Amino acid sequence: MKKSYKIEVDCANCANKMEIAANKTEGVKSAAVNFMALKMNVEFEDGYEPKAVMGEILKRCRKVEPDCEIFF
Amino acid sequence: MTRKQKKALARIIISAAALAVCLLAENMFALPAWSEFVIFLIPYLIIGYDILIKAFKGILSGQVFDENFLMAVATVGAMALGEYMEAAAVMLFYQTGELFQSCAVGRSRQNISALMDIRPDYANIEKDGTLVQADPDDVEIGSEIVVKPGEKIPIDGIIVSGATTLNTAALTGESLPRDVGEGDEAQSGCINMTGLIKIKTTKKFGESTASKILELVENSSEKKSKSENFISKFARYYTPAVCISAFALAALVPLAMLVTGNQPEWGKWIMRALTFLVISCPCALVISIPLTFFAGIGGAGAAGILIKGSNYIETMAKTKYVVFDKTGTMTKGVFEVAGIHHNPIDDAKLLEYAALAESGSTHPIAKSICKECPNVDKSRVSDIHETAGFGVSAVIDGKQTAAGNEKLMKKLGVEYKPCHSAGTVVHIAIDGEYAGHILVADTVKPEAANALDSLKKAGIKKTVMLTGDGERTAKAVAEKIGADEVYSSLLPDGKVEITEKLLAAKKNGETLVFVGDGLNDAPVLSLADVGIAMGALGSDAAIEAADVVLMDDNPLKIAKAIKIARKCMRIVYQNIVFAIGVKLICLALGAAGIANMWAAIFADVGVMVIAVLNSIRALKTK
Repeated sequence: MKKSYKIEVDCANCANKMEIAANKTEGVKSAAVNFMALKMNVEFEDGYEPKAVMGEILKRCRKVEPDCEIFF
Repeated sequence: MTRKQKKALARIIISAAALAVCLLAENMFALPAWSEFVIFLIPYLIIGYDILIKAFKGILSGQVFDENFLMAVATVGAMALGEYMEAAAVMLFYQTGELFQSCAVGRSRQNISALMDIRPDYANIEKDGTLVQADPDDVEIGSEIVVKPGEKIPIDGIIVSGATTLNTAALTGESLPRDVGEGDEAQSGCINMTGLIKIKTTKKFGESTASKILELVENSSEKKSKSENFISKFARYYTPAVCISAFALAALVPLAMLVTGNQPEWGKWIMRALTFLVISCPCALVISIPLTFFAGIGGAGAAGILIKGSNYIETMAKTKYVVFDKTGTMTKGVFEVAGIHHNPIDDAKLLEYAALAESGSTHPIAKSICKECPNVDKSRVSDIHETAGFGVSAVIDGKQTAAGNEKLMKKLGVEYKPCHSAGTVVHIAIDGEYAGHILVADTVKPEAANALDSLKKAGIKKTVMLTGDGERTAKAVAEKIGADEVYSSLLPDGKVEITEKLLAAKKNGETLVFVGDGLNDAPVLSLADVGIAMGALGSDAAIEAADVVLMDDNPLKIAKAIKIARKCMRIVYQNIVFAIGVKLICLALGAAGIANMWAAIFADVGVMVIAVLNSIRALKTK
């Protein structure tokens, strides 16, 4: 399943860091952050609940970029 | 400005004022060293506390070498060496630069989204006699939605009642209004200009044209270009490399001095090393290269050209060969009456007779003749006989009329005059007398010759036309539009074969672009370096198969797409050379002690601002 989320982040480099963090999260098949459109596209592995996975992604992203926000 | 940006601006102003007061105090009174440290700490902390916190958190989670860490080390180091004013000022400039960057990026983001303003916000649904605004996501297929004048069509569908004029500019980049009425298709993203219409939806919101286009543009950055990959690799090595050199400068140089019996001058070398750290942030590159591609894709989108990824911009900029399909690309793809010859009676009269005779036929040629002369009185015709492969004979106004090909004329024993032009010829005989012939042909688009001309001017080496049509028609069209080479009578796999040959013959680093209408050339679209599908408004297959999609069917857009790609790449290279060049110069000057930390931060922020402003130019291409 693929879903798109709106995000808030200040700099391009931080967006890259969020992308790396999101990709390391369990249940994520692939994640891509588009800094210009302020979007995060996440493809979930089968059998994972997107809401729960997104919570984990946000936690990981906050670790590398405390200011960031993901709306889900 | 957003709330965050306003807060940053307030902090910058307060801390700048505090810094000015500190400077005054320092010059007017002879302060002891410790109190100087304390007063300069105030502006420093106001402007830099968040950076210090982020740097500290970064170290805890193993994130060294990011820009917060670098700024923290550089300024804390300067503080420790007693350069209070330098530390506070560098932090101040850094934050000003960040604010400026955030504003510039926000502005360009707005510009681009304004260009691509096709996202519908709501759909009007009739409920108990009143109109309710519903989330378009919740509208099921087959529902009826109402679109008032001035509103955007939210979902693709078919008009069930009402007639209006649609503005398709947001989709095609051309402000050519389109008249539609009952039974016509209505694409989402078009603006309803004049009348109220009811639409029965044929797709879900997510599958509708507007959503598809937005998805394409917004996801285009996932397909990264070589330049972007180069930058992220460069950034990965650049920062650590500069940090290591900074360490060498701070520790190894004084040690070497010590060993060789000279004064080590620790403070001087550490200060130079800190300058290095300030320069080591690759921000200008990291931000400006993707921004350039994004602006280029956004600008192209506004012109009705959808580019599916920045990698295609890079490839398309090197286009040397343009191969295109004839039908639907350079010609309109529909048969039209192209000429009426050798007729003793009036053109209109002949056309009327032909249309009357063909009025019962479903043959495409017959239909195109009937289209040219609509509203004929069918009661004037009787005894219609259609013979497949020959033509039609009928009695019109009591006269025996025959309309068909040469074979029909021969069969009737009528002496006919052959036609010299390319196309399909319909001969007409009235009461056994030859009355002339009508030429029906696929007409060349009015912009086609111009389009090939502008490709030539853009430095394209060769234009090649492929077509399934016969040699005579193909040659005539090729000559008319000015194509360099033409291959005719090709089956779909023949097109693939020729494209493969052309691909093998070209030099490395040159790009071959194929342009087709996406109907039966999907294999060639994906085979070519870049596949451009044309006239894709409403055709999902073409949008899927191609790398670049032209929303309308104007062939002039091919050259425009190439020009946009080239301009975009020019800006990318300018930014790479400029940003890396200035940094290297500053590193050299910093090591030699000519550039201090002030110069370093100016170089860092200044380069970034100029590079960002340069990127925005990719939005507009003539």
